[in-house]
Amino acid sequence: MKDEASGNDDGRSLHVGHLPTFAFGHRSPMWWGTLGLVAIEATVFALVIVAYFYLRGLADAWPLSGSLPPDLLWGTVNTVVLLLSMIPNEMARRAAERLDLRGVRTGLAWCLAFSLAFLAVRALEFTALNCAWDDDAYGSVVWMMMGLHTLHLITDTWDSAVLAVLMHTGPIDGKRFVDVSENAGYWYFVVGSWLPIYATVYFGARI
Amino acid sequence: MSDAASATPAEVLEQTWRDPPGLWGWLSAVNHKTIAARFIYVTFGFFVAGGILALMMRLQLARPDSRLIGPDLYNQLFTMHGTTMMFLFAVPVMQAVAIWLLPLMLGTRTVAFPRMNAFAFWIFLFGGVMLFAAFLIGAGPDAGWFAYVPLANADYSPGKRIDIWGQMITFTETAALMEAIVIIVTIFKMRAPGMTLDRMPLFAWAMLVTSFIVLFAMPAVMLASTALITDRLVDTHFYDPELGGDALLWQHLFWFFGHPEVYLIFIPPLGVISAIIATFSRRPMVGYRAMVLALIATGFLSFGLWVHHMFATNLPELGKAFFTAASLMIAIPTAVQIFCWIATLWTGRLHLRTPLLFILAFFVILLAGGLTGLMLASVSLDTQLHDTYFVVAHLHYVLLGGAVFPMFGAFYYWYPKFTGRMMSERLGKWQFWLFFIGFNVTFFPMHILGLEGMPRRVYTYPDGMGWNAINLVATMGAFMIAASVLLFIVNAWRSRRRGAPAGADPWGGGTLEWRAASPPPAANFDVLPVVHGRYPLWQPAALPDRVAGIDPALREVLLTSVTAAEPDHRMLMPSPSPWPFVTALATTVLFVGSIFTPWAVVWASLPVAITATFWFWPRHSESRIRHEREVRPEVRS
Ligand code: HEM
Ligand SMILES: [Cu+2]
Repeated sequence: MKDEASGNDDGRSLHVGHLPTFAFGHRSPMWWGTLGLVAIEATVFALVIVAYFYLRGLADAWPLSGSLPPDLLWGTVNTVVLLLSMIPNEMARRAAERLDLRGVRTGLAWCLAFSLAFLAVRALEFTALNCAWDDDAYGSVVWMMMGLHTLHLITDTWDSAVLAVLMHTGPIDGKRFVDVSENAGYWYFVVGSWLPIYATVYFGARI
Repeated sequence: MSDAASATPAEVLEQTWRDPPGLWGWLSAVNHKTIAARFIYVTFGFFVAGGILALMMRLQLARPDSRLIGPDLYNQLFTMHGTTMMFLFAVPVMQAVAIWLLPLMLGTRTVAFPRMNAFAFWIFLFGGVMLFAAFLIGAGPDAGWFAYVPLANADYSPGKRIDIWGQMITFTETAALMEAIVIIVTIFKMRAPGMTLDRMPLFAWAMLVTSFIVLFAMPAVMLASTALITDRLVDTHFYDPELGGDALLWQHLFWFFGHPEVYLIFIPPLGVISAIIATFSRRPMVGYRAMVLALIATGFLSFGLWVHHMFATNLPELGKAFFTAASLMIAIPTAVQIFCWIATLWTGRLHLRTPLLFILAFFVILLAGGLTGLMLASVSLDTQLHDTYFVVAHLHYVLLGGAVFPMFGAFYYWYPKFTGRMMSERLGKWQFWLFFIGFNVTFFPMHILGLEGMPRRVYTYPDGMGWNAINLVATMGAFMIAASVLLFIVNAWRSRRRGAPAGADPWGGGTLEWRAASPPPAANFDVLPVVHGRYPLWQPAALPDRVAGIDPALREVLLTSVTAAEPDHRMLMPSPSPWPFVTALATTVLFVGSIFTPWAVVWASLPVAITATFWFWPRHSESRIRHEREVRPEVRS
């Protein structure tokens, strides 16, 4: 398809044919879409945390039925694993913005390895909460928080896995690199949102 | 694309952007106008359904000691009516109109995430249908549209009714959230070159503010109803005081959403009003920037007010005083807007056509509703009038005045753009007066009923309370409203074929949607516009006035920068695909399943993940085109 009427249009046209066909960061609609998603989910997390402290404010003892607060070990291990996962994540993001396919592949592979690690540790975490969701309101809100965050871990792992496969099988074009970069941005949110949840679940019942 | 050589660019564009034919194509449609049109029909259908429920209630209440409808059905009726109007009509109808209009107003070819848009529509439809199906088989929810616990917990409300309600809420609000993202990103990234934020149509501003409120308000009700359903299904204790839960937690979460919800309903019409007033006064809006600031301020304040729904609970007095003040403060930005509108009307040349009539009525009705609202915002009066018909009167003045009148105005105003034909002005005026009078006959007397102490949510009342005549009058008014809505449907239906041909700009409007043909072609514009002011069609032509270099044979759009709307890059939009529809089906299975067993969340998430992956998976043919045309961005260091 040829550009219509280029050349002799008396300056009537604004020519955009030279512009790039994809862009990263806040120039990309995907970035804004991801940010919207983050806003929604951050609101959910904030509200659960508020609910937690609201219920705590009403209770005589916390944890309610005199059970122990969650054991620190696995949650802390997972916090470390999650924080470390930002390294391969950043690798993948930078490789994507360099349009470096090999770099993206290795970066995503490492990301997946970390995903599997923290999902495994997450399973252990659930065994160390020292409460069940149906014990009392304390158990309910703790499980709600952990459940919501785990849901994010699982979906983001799935996302990254799909992307990783795609970066091996193709087809590959500029948009795929944008996807990888956005996936990394979302991952930062999943890690970042863990920190207040970690603080609440593990220390909200101690201090 | 071999036959494209002989085709004109407009024909090529039509080929490129239209939805595929056939049933499969119908399910795969992603054109924003196709999806939005369906969305508008469906939300309007819910409005009619909600109205029929209201008529049934009014029939029951027409006489004292009536035996027409029992208490159980009555509870379902007002719950279904409130839920339908709030969740399935008032907010989504505005989103639907926005999805149809915004790309036209902003000068682009589609919305930011066309497939997500389609997906949102499907789950909205399935969620709504699920709720009505439950109602029709006798399992309609019955705890009121705000489903207060403990009334809504497993002890007081056994069976599946509230579970269905809770899941339906989460479901349809997911759709609202997705549409909010679609709208925000479309507004931020897809405006025509030159349309800086300062030149954006006020309707787009209103939808932007609305969408932000959605992002922060809807999660609260989703969280609240998810906690409710886990309380009921797997024995969590969020709302159970026996084991450390709290019933007021529900109210806080619900009203943290519920009050902004009122503004969600009320803000988009503010944009509609500004569009209509400018056009029918034949002049740009007075105080554009003041309007924008007022919209944004309203958005912020809408979050500060939820506690005024809880004055009847025992919250700390100081807190209540604070919230009373905040509630009164919202009057300020509203006053600013009203002044701007009046100034515009005053200094313009008025054309009193049907759309404008609905807007003028809006002023009258909302003024009355606002005044009773101020009354209710004061703690002492609220404790007196709480849960009487005064509240029912107030909320309908606000909701119908704030949403339904402007919505009818919007329908009349943009109908010619939608169909290419004008609606009958004569029928329109009839409808208007029937609606206006019917509305006041229905709801004004309810103020008196409330002051005389008639409680809301009662299925009948004894004779001899002095309420009989007023109730009968209100019921007659409701039937006038019904007749008026019927007249609207007749008018819309007949005018599709027989209305006078409209042309591109029948009202002489100044914003970009009036530049597109009526009805707009699949691609909206033959050439993409460049903009130099707030009302491009009213301005002397300035150059450049069009975009060149976008390929008509591909679904290509131009993306611009967020504030200045400078051309930034070109992007290929996704093609039609059945996968959003299939994913929506899978998601529905998950949600319906979860009403019965929590395991549904586990086993049904696999089909959801798989279908969503197919949706995401690129086609080789498309990727090749992308690749061939690729112009890479300068790589950042
Ligand atoms: C079109 C004519 C309408 C009529 C005749 C009507 C009538 C009624 C009636 C009779 C009630 C029940 C009062 C009670 O028993 O407590 C009611 C409640 C309600 N209506 Fe309407 N209504 C109409 C339109 C609307 C619209 C357009 C909306 C929202 C956009 C709306 C929102 C509500 C809500 C939220 C409730 C409260 C439900 C509850 O108590 O749970 N109504 N309406
Ligand atoms: Cu309110």
